[in-house]
Amino acid sequence: MSAITMRELTKVYPGGVRALDALDLEIADGEFFALLGPSGCGKTTLLRTIAGLEVASAGSVRIGGRDVTNLPPGKRDVAMVFQDYALFPHMTVRDNIAYPLRIKKVDRRSRGSKAADTADELGLSGLLERRPGQLSGGQQQRVALARAMACHPQVFLLDEPLSNLDARLRLEARTFLKRLQRELGVTTVFVTHDQAEALALADRIAVMEGGRIRQVGTPTEVFRRPANTFVAGFIGSTPMNLIDARVHGDELAVAGARLPLPDGAPGQVSDGERLVYGIRPEYLDYSPTAVPGALTGEVVVVENLGSVSLVSLDVPGDHAGASDEAGAGDDSGAGRTSVQVVVPEGGEPEPGDTGWAVPRPGRSLLYRDGNLVTAAAGVPAPRADATVRS
Amino acid sequence: MTTDTATVEPTRPTVAVRHVLARIGRYTFLCAVLAFFALPLLWLATAPFDDTPTVTASLPRFTLDNFRALLDNPYALGSLLNSVYLAAGTAALVVTFAALAAYALSRVRVPGRDALLYGLLLLSSIVTGTATMVPLFELAFRLNLIDSRLGVILILSGGLLPAAIFILKDFMDSTPTSYEESARVFGASPLQIMRHIVVPLVRPGLATVGVWAVANVWGNFLVPFLLLRGPDKAPAAVIMYTLYTEGGQADLRLLSTFSLLYSLPVALMFVFVSSRYGFRFHGGIKR
Repeated sequence: MSAITMRELTKVYPGGVRALDALDLEIADGEFFALLGPSGCGKTTLLRTIAGLEVASAGSVRIGGRDVTNLPPGKRDVAMVFQDYALFPHMTVRDNIAYPLRIKKVDRRSRGSKAADTADELGLSGLLERRPGQLSGGQQQRVALARAMACHPQVFLLDEPLSNLDARLRLEARTFLKRLQRELGVTTVFVTHDQAEALALADRIAVMEGGRIRQVGTPTEVFRRPANTFVAGFIGSTPMNLIDARVHGDELAVAGARLPLPDGAPGQVSDGERLVYGIRPEYLDYSPTAVPGALTGEVVVVENLGSVSLVSLDVPGDHAGASDEAGAGDDSGAGRTSVQVVVPEGGEPEPGDTGWAVPRPGRSLLYRDGNLVTAAAGVPAPRADATVRS
Repeated sequence: MTTDTATVEPTRPTVAVRHVLARIGRYTFLCAVLAFFALPLLWLATAPFDDTPTVTASLPRFTLDNFRALLDNPYALGSLLNSVYLAAGTAALVVTFAALAAYALSRVRVPGRDALLYGLLLLSSIVTGTATMVPLFELAFRLNLIDSRLGVILILSGGLLPAAIFILKDFMDSTPTSYEESARVFGASPLQIMRHIVVPLVRPGLATVGVWAVANVWGNFLVPFLLLRGPDKAPAAVIMYTLYTEGGQADLRLLSTFSLLYSLPVALMFVFVSSRYGFRFHGGIKR
């Protein structure tokens, strides 16, 4: 039992920077949890506060039912893997892995054999007498993981676990890390600025901005139904299309087209209201011929992404970015904006063609003042999904 | 291309001549400088083995009598041992306290830290200098530290500490804090972190400061000369001052021999320390 519970957690640095702002968060036992956000959003501070390396200014942290808010890091029963791994350069791999046991006063022989066992599990058995400087990046990371595992902590904390590896190794390490966490079943919290990493690894994700949590949910939830335009713009390898829209009865005027109101919207919106229409490029189907209920415009850019292409259509209307929220489009219809569509291979248009983009049913979203209007329509409850997966 | 070579052709010999002359001049200058510094060393190497040494370096008429004569001096060898006591004691104190202070200054945000460091560094040159000898003597007298090795060690340490802290803080600053944070998360206490992580990482720095402290104490004349009364506790630097003939003439036979014995330990220490702790860093932080 090692759930982590944070209540009203606040961290103000000397100088007045508010890195964490009355933050509430619950991380379930055995969960693989991601803290995701742009740099400076407070995600690393949150991780370090859980570890005890930063002292909370207010609020509480509980690990496994025990209040650890004022405990030093060594008494919290957590293990942390640093971004730079922080392997002690003057010690061999064996001594590095055995170091937590040395602090716990385990005798030399049994900590040596424990280190060897742990190294074996992670495929490091031939490297025990090497020094960290003689290892590759991937090996160093596994030594750091082994050192964290050796003391059987209640919680693993990983700071940007994959950022120091090159692109190819990163994919390998990602799969390895996910399998390892599943096998160990230890509550694991990791920090990342890479949304793809968070989506791929985590059971649940907390998206952070400015010391606050903007959304907590499973990767599917944050990808399909971002709770606000910030999350919508941050999650996904191609950002969500966010376009100004106006309600007309039971239809929506978007970029010169009339679209049906998204699921769950009728009753939530009033006639004539200005909103922001959001749809992911992946959830638009491209058609070279006219179709009803589609956004239409001239193809301006075609970007080849391998198996698919990203096509930009020039449409009338104003782009509602995550920053300027909904209020920007007073002269809706006067400006031009672009809608991005993911087109599977074989169907790519040429720049200059006219194209139609049809939203898939149930995938379009509406935002009012930056927040999702079409709340909870056919989405599984957040917590249930996570516990089933872990 | 051809026009280029044609225009360059007439100037080429003068350029070459100037180049050769410059080179000759440079090497002549270097030889002169080298000779200036090498001759005293040459004297130090030959004079102890000469039965009638003079102030000039010459091929010796080989003898070991000078060493025998030095052994007859009751204080000569003892003074070398005294030097070792003073140097080792001071170096131990300086390295220990400088390491702790530098670590704290490097890791804890103290307001006005840099001003404090520069102030200390500035004042340190005064502490063991001639200017403060009178108050220092007075202080040692009140504390009953006259004619005590401990007194000399404390005063020398006080003089060396600020610069040592300054040097070591630089070393501490350059070791990433994630090493220590990592150890802290595993539950290591501050002293364990210091012992297991920080000291091994800054060992080259500690060795540098240790050697520097020993060399400083080894060559210090004024402090032990004033604070130690009897020749039985005096270090080699002070005993050297007593090696005169009854007539008041410098006894070159004893002086040269003693100088050689006096300089050897420090030279050997340099070689040993640099071969053992030369500036290396093993890596282990992925940058």
